[in-house]
Parts: sequence; structure tokens; C-alpha cells
Amino acid sequence: MTRQFLLDGQPVPFEDGQSILEAARQAGHYIPSLCWHKDFPAHGSCKLCIVKAAGRHVSACATPAREGWEVESNTPEMNGERRGLLQMLFVEGNHFCPSCEKSGNCELQALGYEYEMLSPRFRHFYPERPVDASHPDVLLDFNRCIFCELCVRASRDVDGKAVFALTGRGIDKHLVVNAESGRLADTDFSKDDLAAHICPVGVILHKGPGFAVPIGERDYDRESIRQKKLRDEEASS
Amino acid sequence: MHTQPPAALDSILHQHGHQPTELLQILIDAQALEGWLPAPTLTDIARALQLPRARVEGVAGFYSFLHTRPAGRYRVLFSDNITDRMLGNAELMDALCRKLWIEPGKLSEDGLVSIATTSCTGLCDQGPAMLVNGRAISQLTHRRINEIAELIRQQRPLDAWPTEYFHIDDNIRRRDTLLSLTMKPGEALAAAIARGRDGWLAEMQASNLRGRGGAGFATAVKWASARNAAGDTKVIVCNADEGEPGTFKDRVLLNSFADLVFEGMTLAAWAVGASEGFLYLRGEYQYLRPQLEAVLARRRAAQLLGADVLGQTGFDFDIRIHLGAGAYVCGEESALIESLEGKRGTPRIRPPFPVTHGYLGRPTVVNNVETLAKTCLIALHGGEAFAATGTAQSAGTKLLSISGDCAAPGIYEYPFGVSIARVLEDCGASDTQAVQVGGASGMCLAAYEFQRRIAYEDVPTAGAFMIFDGTRDLFEVARSFVHFFAHESCGFCTPCRVGTALLKGFMDKLADGHGAQADLADIDWLDRLLKNASHCGLGSAAPNPVIDTLQKFRPAYERRLVSLDFEPAFDLDAALAEARQLTTRDDPGAHLQTHEEDTP
Amino acid sequence: MSTPPRKLRIATTSLAGCFGCHMSFLDIDEHLFELVELVEFDRSPLTDIKEVGPCDIGLIEGGVCNAENVHVLRAFRRNCKTLIALGACAVNGGLPAQRNHLPLSECLREVYQFRPGIANGQIPNDPELPLPLDKVRPIHEVVRVDYFLPGCPPSGPAIWKFLTDLIAGRTPRLSGGLLHYD
Repeated sequence: MTRQFLLDGQPVPFEDGQSILEAARQAGHYIPSLCWHKDFPAHGSCKLCIVKAAGRHVSACATPAREGWEVESNTPEMNGERRGLLQMLFVEGNHFCPSCEKSGNCELQALGYEYEMLSPRFRHFYPERPVDASHPDVLLDFNRCIFCELCVRASRDVDGKAVFALTGRGIDKHLVVNAESGRLADTDFSKDDLAAHICPVGVILHKGPGFAVPIGERDYDRESIRQKKLRDEEASS
Repeated sequence: MHTQPPAALDSILHQHGHQPTELLQILIDAQALEGWLPAPTLTDIARALQLPRARVEGVAGFYSFLHTRPAGRYRVLFSDNITDRMLGNAELMDALCRKLWIEPGKLSEDGLVSIATTSCTGLCDQGPAMLVNGRAISQLTHRRINEIAELIRQQRPLDAWPTEYFHIDDNIRRRDTLLSLTMKPGEALAAAIARGRDGWLAEMQASNLRGRGGAGFATAVKWASARNAAGDTKVIVCNADEGEPGTFKDRVLLNSFADLVFEGMTLAAWAVGASEGFLYLRGEYQYLRPQLEAVLARRRAAQLLGADVLGQTGFDFDIRIHLGAGAYVCGEESALIESLEGKRGTPRIRPPFPVTHGYLGRPTVVNNVETLAKTCLIALHGGEAFAATGTAQSAGTKLLSISGDCAAPGIYEYPFGVSIARVLEDCGASDTQAVQVGGASGMCLAAYEFQRRIAYEDVPTAGAFMIFDGTRDLFEVARSFVHFFAHESCGFCTPCRVGTALLKGFMDKLADGHGAQADLADIDWLDRLLKNASHCGLGSAAPNPVIDTLQKFRPAYERRLVSLDFEPAFDLDAALAEARQLTTRDDPGAHLQTHEEDTP
Repeated sequence: MSTPPRKLRIATTSLAGCFGCHMSFLDIDEHLFELVELVEFDRSPLTDIKEVGPCDIGLIEGGVCNAENVHVLRAFRRNCKTLIALGACAVNGGLPAQRNHLPLSECLREVYQFRPGIANGQIPNDPELPLPLDKVRPIHEVVRVDYFLPGCPPSGPAIWKFLTDLIAGRTPRLSGGLLHYD
């Protein structure tokens, strides 16, 4: 017998050990995420997937689904908290969409649209984060890092290279590369690594393509992140 | 060109068996060589441990006491708990900086000395306190500061400094069952072994002992879960990362009752069937390490540790000490385990819980220092006798670390159920405005609540009890705790990483005279998001001091507001200062009124 | 018989902006005719009125980069019941805020003293000129802002949707492809 929980009143079936997020997406319901990736264990850092399960706030990606649970996700309260988290991510980095090559393909930006984030609300931190253009094929623009650690995990667990890691703590946390010089060119990173293609925002950029696809014709110019992610999910199942 | 690491580093690596789990310990030892960790040292360590260099850099950058930039031959850190501030630490730090001609947080030009602040060092009963190259000095006065400035100028080695500087008092003011216990090492253990593993666990169940770290989880349930968990090697960890501001009871237990603590760990090992033990000692208490190692050696010699403990075939258990390096978050048990494994102290996703998947995936019990010491009482006198004291839901006694505005700060042991008012009377507090129970993450109680009782069911606490009399400003108390959380956030999850920084920004805005009514609404909103969305207890507790003081001492905030509407967070006229200087202008047009109301 | 509703009064200005948002405003094309039936303009580049008077709605393009911007922004806030940050620069500082990573002295010296082709240059110090702030600020860091309309620039249709919502008394919403940050 399949077990199920209720997501915003809709029954969602799940298998043992499946997280709320996985079960929901499989059943065609969108719960947002930035640090979650179907090929990696749950990370639980971005908190965009926050839902209320049995009255408690939890990360949908890191919480195993339970029979009979009532889960609130697409509600004004949860979406308001998500908007707040997005505003936090925007003000802590330097996210100037008009000058970013990733604009239109960026998941952070797309979530801003999805949750109608109109203002940054808080003061901007304007952190000092120099770019690393040393590598022949790939540019690192740390200004846009949201610390999802997808590049860290992909490089370590799939590419077998551990090119990236986080150092520092709290608001001073930042991404570093695996070289004493601190330059990407001095690592064994390659543009064909999984880590080179997994950044949800505009930190890891391939040199060359630039604006080959013009602004206005990109992924999230054409459809919402909700539509795209659910379509991707369907295609992969 | 893979060169060999320098001999001194090589010997450190050998001492730690080239184990990646020892990475933090290696970094701590390696830093002692030059007072900081130069980039090539990190590269050497990474190569020797066969770890990616980025991971080593990641760990080195996480802990406050590790420096990846030169920090001077004398590294002075002033403890900056609110109690230190109340005792005038800022003035003393200022004085030392002036005498040594340096700015706080910066290295002197000759590379000799740096002076900065650090989170509470656990000497609130004898502050203001500091750490010099990791060694604790208490009871700072202007006279002592003058002497220290001179010693540093003369470049006198720390070992040649007057020994009384490094003397730390226990300040035990009230003893109950635990602190008046005299027990021969091994006595409790022998009693528990005589009962058999099951019998001993049954006593623990009967005792109703709950964790003294604050959360109050039933100790016997934790032990039983680890015991029943799959896995051959099981681990007992004593959490001596006593980082909660205002708490120092573990310091005293480790200084004068170390046998009880280690015996408690061995008692846990007996119940759980564990073979491996760690004492995770916060870096601030590293001065206790030599004496703790001596106790461990004595216990090994007495067959209280090692193979076949007390002649019990197959009961093999030993304890190693791991040092922390300035990270409050490592008091969270899963972050502590990450740190034990030589990683950044980031709290794990739970479930799975440490009792089934802890240190290196092994079933692991993490208990507080005081919890473990208490198990000796249960082994000696039985679970029922223990359960008969305290209150129905809070059996036994509690050690309180009392500091702030009172005549006799120090350690007080009370049966659970004691009222705040009684404690205040005993320690000689008068005109008390508020008490912060449970440290920065705890509760701020106002005078109308002083009849409340210390117990899990009323006012739970890990032991901190900071007293503020009528002269204190509760806004500044809350602000200091907000700074603490922002400094200690590990940065893993969005709400805590950014939220604590934003909250700090709002509190500073009010303190700097830019407060507006709108800020109070934003503070409320941030408080809620931090509480709801944070990954671990640090983030969800971070707004507590603000929530409590906004509710109970709101005028302390309101009197700082300069606008009932909106006010910029920065001084607009000061924002023109650089341009004025560059243009040598000082005409009226070269200035801005900071508050709009002032504009004609 | 009810009297026809009073026309709403709107003021607009550009601070540290490029007037791109104003150009986009003009991109509402034929809706301009509808708009002038509903609103009248106070201070705006469209009217050449120099000082803002009491208004219903104020639209601010651009961030705050100098002392004059502060004066103008404050005057708008004093006079406008509803103040709107129009476009990326007003919302988050935008392109001008890229200078926030450089000390102001470096910016000014580079431009007025060390640029190739400049001899004996000096930083202008005429009291007629507004002094630059050390950092460029989004407008919500200087005054209270009621609504934000992001985009570089926001499209004509987005501006039209936002204004018609406001004029009709609906809380403005931008969704379904009208919301863009680029």
C-alpha cells in the first residue's frame, strides 16, 4: 500500500526514505530550492524549501516524508518567508542582474520572480569579492555565490578533484579553490567537469558564450522556474 | 617539487599519525610554531594527510583561534561577554592598545603583538579576562594591564610572566550533593559493574537524569539508543565546549572534579558498550589540559581506563582529549562531532542522530560535563535516591554559574526547583533589574518573574545566571548577545548567516543614534524568520535576547529612536567627508543634515 | 451625480540614473493618452517644473550618489504620498554602485587627475557642484520607500501595469513575465 501525506491539502504518495521535496516534485508539486540537486544528498542550507510539517518549520529536502502529515508549502506565510530568504541572499552578495551573463538563466533571479520579490528590503552588504579570471576557459565571479556548495560537492564527489571548498565563517564565509595561489588556473579544474556546469547562479561562467543567447530569450524569460523544474522532473522520470 | 615539510611540522604530523580526523589538532599544534598558519604550512599539511588543500584551508578559516594571517608573537584576546563589559574591559583594552601603540584587530608594525576581542572565555566570576597566546588571565586591572604592556614590550616569554596572572579560582559558593561528594576514583564504576550493564542502565532509567547542557534530553534514553544501535565501535563524547556566554561550571568541574567527569564517561561506556571516548575541550580551557592528561594517566595506571577496565574482560575503554579552537557552534552535538572528525564545525542534518550515526558514522553519545559527573551519584547511591531530589520533572541538582551584579559571583549548586529570588538573595544581589538565565540563548527574566523556578518545566538552563542591576541598560545587554551570535554563526544556512548579520546591523543602527520605529518592525520580522527557518539551535536561539528585552524592556529600545518613521542607518554628512577632504570644501553646500527634520 | 475623480498628481525624477527608466516610461506609447486623462504631472523631465510640490505619486529613477540627490529625494518624500523606486539603480544602486568597491578618492583622481591626456588636472571644487557621497545608495537606504519596480529598465508594459494598479487603488503586483531584474 502506498503511503501518503497531504501537501497544501493535496494527497502526495511517497516511498520509504523519500524526502517531502522529492515526493512532492515527483507528484508534480513544486517546492522551491537552490541547494538541492536530485543527484546529491540533501544539503539543507539555502532553506528555500522550508515548509510547515505537522506545525513545525522544516527543510522539505532534508525531512523524510511521513504518513498522514499535513504539510503547508504554497501559502502566504511560507512564501513570505521564502521571499525574505531571497532578499537576504540578494543583499549579502553583489547581485547586479543587468550586468550578469547568467541573467535569465539564474535560479536565484528566477525564484525572485516566482515569489514576486520586488525590493531588497534590507541594506546591501556590498562585500569585497574579487573575481578570478585566471583560468583559460572559466571565470569565477564570487560576487554572486550563495554557498549552495553544489560545485564543492560535484567536484569532490563526482569529478574526484575537490577543486572547491568553503572557508571563513558566518557572514565572512567564502568559496576558495584548491591551490596555494588561490587561482583557479593552478588547480586541475576543467571546463568539462560537472562542477563547471552545476552553479545555479552566476559564479562559474564559461568564457566565450557571453550573451550569445540574448537577454529576453533565456530559460526564465520563457517560462517560470516552477514550470521548468516540474518539466525537468517529468522528463527525467 | 614536493618538498618535505619542515622538521617541526613533520614531527607534529607524526604525533597525530597522519590522520585526517586529527586535522584540527594538527592545525592547532602547527600554529604554535609561528603563531599563525602560513599558506605553505597548509599546503604541507594537506599533502601529508592526502587531503585537498582547499579542505585544509576551509577548516583553518573556520575557527577563531586559527590565524591564516600573521597575528603577532603576542596574541591578546579580551573576553567580551557582557559581564566583562560591565567590569570595564573596553577601557582596559583601550589602555593596552594605547600603551602598545596599536589599533584593535590589527597587527603591530613590528609584528610583535595584536589585540582583539573574543567571545566569553568562561571567567565571568573573575573578569575582566583575557587570553594571551591561548592562556587565560583573569581579574584584569589597570595595574595588571600596565605590567602586561611592559612584559610584551620587553618580549618576555609567557612562561616568565608572574604565575599569579594565570591563577584561576573555582569560587564554589554553595555545595550540594555533587560538589560535596568525596569519592575514591573507581568507586562508582565498581558499583555499576557490580550491577551488570542491564542493572546499571536500569538505575540510570530510574534516576530520571536529564541532560545538563540545557536541552534536557533523558540521559538513559540516549544511552539505551546508542547501546541498541548497530555498530561494533561505539563512542562516548564529553561535551566540554562550554561556550554559552556566562557559563563556567564545566571549567570548575574539570579543574577540581575531573575524576567524576572521566568516571562518568566510563560509566556511560559501560552502559553503552563503548570503547572510544573523547573529551572535547574548548580552546579557551586549554590551560586545563596538562592536569586533565595527568588524571587520565593516573586512571590508566589504576586500570580505570584501558583494556579490561577494573578487570572486566572485554570492557576496553579509553579517553582522548580533543581541543576546540574558538567556535561556539561546536557545542551543538553534531557540529562537535564534525569538529572531532577534523572538519568545519557545521551542524549536520538530523535525522540520523548521533546515537545511531555519530563520530565516523559510529553510534555516539554526546553528554554534557555536568551530566556525566552526576552519573557517579547515581552509581553510588542508586537511581531512586537521585530521582527523589529536585522536582518531579527535574531530578537532582543544578550547578549555576553566577556572574554580574552581585556580591559573591561563582558556582552555586542547588536542587532543581530553587526560585530565582532565592538565588539572588544567596549571592548578594540587590536592586536587580533582570537576570539572563541560560546564557545568550536563554531567557531574560524581569523582576516580576523572580518567583519562577530553575527547572526544565519552568526556567531551563545550562547553568548561566547573569545578573543586571538597576544601573544596567538591557538594550546593550541584548546588543552584546546579538553581536555574539553574528560572530559565532557558522554561516551554513541562509537565515542565520545573513539574519544574524542583519540583526546586528539594526541593533547597531539604534545604538548609533539612527533608530526609527520602522526598525523595530524589521527586527520583529527578522526575529521570527531566524526562529522559524534556521538549521540549528544557534540560529533559532539568536533572536531570544532581543525578543525578551523588546517585550520586557521596550523603553530601552524606544528611547533610542530618533524618528517615529524612518531614518537612514548611516550618517549622511559623514558620507560627504571624503569628498570634502578631496575638494578642500567646507561651505554649507558641502554638508548634509543627518536628520531630515533639521532641513530648513 | 458624482463629480469625476480628481486627477492624481505625479512627479518623476532621475537621480544617479541614465534616464533609461524615463525612456521606458515613454514606451507605454498610446497608453500615454489614457494616462493624461487620469493624472497630471508635477516636477518631471516631461514638464520642466523645477521643484516638486504636493503629489500623490513620486517616481524615482536612479540611486543616491551625491548631496543634491539627497535633497531632491527628501523633497520628493516630503511631497509624495506614495514614493516608488523605479528601476534597478533606485532599487539596489545598480551600475553606479559598482564604484562602491573603490575608494572615492581613487575614482575622482582617476577621472580628473590621472586619466591619459589630462595635464595638471584637479578635482573640481566649485561650490555649485554637489559633492559625491562615499558610496552610492539605493533610495530605500535614505528615505522610506513605498513600492519598488525593478528592471533595467522596467518595461513599458510593467510600468503601465504598476501605474494602472496604483491609480485604480489596487496594490501593485508584477508577475507573469512583467517582473525582470535585467
